[in-house]
Amino acid sequence: MGTVNLAFHVAKEDFSKAGEASSSIKKTLKKLGIDSKIIRKVAIVTYEAEMNIVIHSHGGKITVDIDTEKIKIQAIDQGPGIADTNKAMEIGFSTATQKVRELGFGAGMGLPNIKRNSDKFAISSEIDKYTKIESSIYLTK
Amino acid sequence: MKLMEIKELLDAEVLIGEDTLNTEIYSAFACDLMSDVLAFVEDKSLLLTGLTNLQTIRTAEMMDIDAIVFVRGKIPNQEILTLAKENNMCILSTKHILYQSCGILYNKGLRGANIMHK
Ligand SMILES: Nc1ncnc2c1ncn2[C@@H]1O[C@H](COP(=O)(O)OP(=O)(O)O)[C@@H](O)[C@H]1O
Ligand SMILES: [Mg+2]
Repeated sequence: MGTVNLAFHVAKEDFSKAGEASSSIKKTLKKLGIDSKIIRKVAIVTYEAEMNIVIHSHGGKITVDIDTEKIKIQAIDQGPGIADTNKAMEIGFSTATQKVRELGFGAGMGLPNIKRNSDKFAISSEIDKYTKIESSIYLTK
Repeated sequence: MKLMEIKELLDAEVLIGEDTLNTEIYSAFACDLMSDVLAFVEDKSLLLTGLTNLQTIRTAEMMDIDAIVFVRGKIPNQEILTLAKENNMCILSTKHILYQSCGILYNKGLRGANIMHK
């Protein structure tokens, strides 16, 4: 298997499309014959990241780069950014609205769950500029 | 426990997936919080929930859950059912409340899903 690179735009507040990128990614990984345990981790990471872009950001994109060693997921948006990323990483911290809670999200568990399913994880953000999540999941373990 | 038995025990309506009722179900998870499903569920279990939106189906898709029981008589709209059908899911709807539905199934031996311990 060579390298495979995927990229998806994610629109803000479009709840009818939220999850489409993660769904495509999951289908591609299945076709590539990736182990189902790995696929599940990638699915959780991409779906929580995609929901965060839809819910909290002005829109962004998700890229997935697959090589022989790992699957690297990056979620980058165009702001508004996170003032305190340490705080955002805490279980239970959320600024989500009631409307989002009614969708079954907004419990402040997304970022911690992304981290837990990643072998390598980084979050960076600048107010009014961007939020970026980087997650790598190794294929060989 | 087969989906057919679950349908009968819960006196449920089959909204999608008549053809899947022979599928064996080994465990169940119940909640209205999709983040909990994403954070805890390890098995390919049955999901019981009162939350009928697209995110419920997407969450199930991500977690390889292919059977959902909507409780409290809730019926999702066509768009949601179409997505469920595309994913070959079985969607049931029961008039029982979540607590009652779980009690009925547990009583008949369907155990709770394995969850991830942190
Ligand atoms: N892409 C993003 N842009 C801006 N803020 C974000 C983004 N992702 C997460 N956040 C902030 O971090 C908080 C915690 O995120 P998360 O753990 O996914 O929980 P939830 O989405 O349930 O609120 C969010 O409530 C929000 O304040
Ligand atoms: Mg989130």
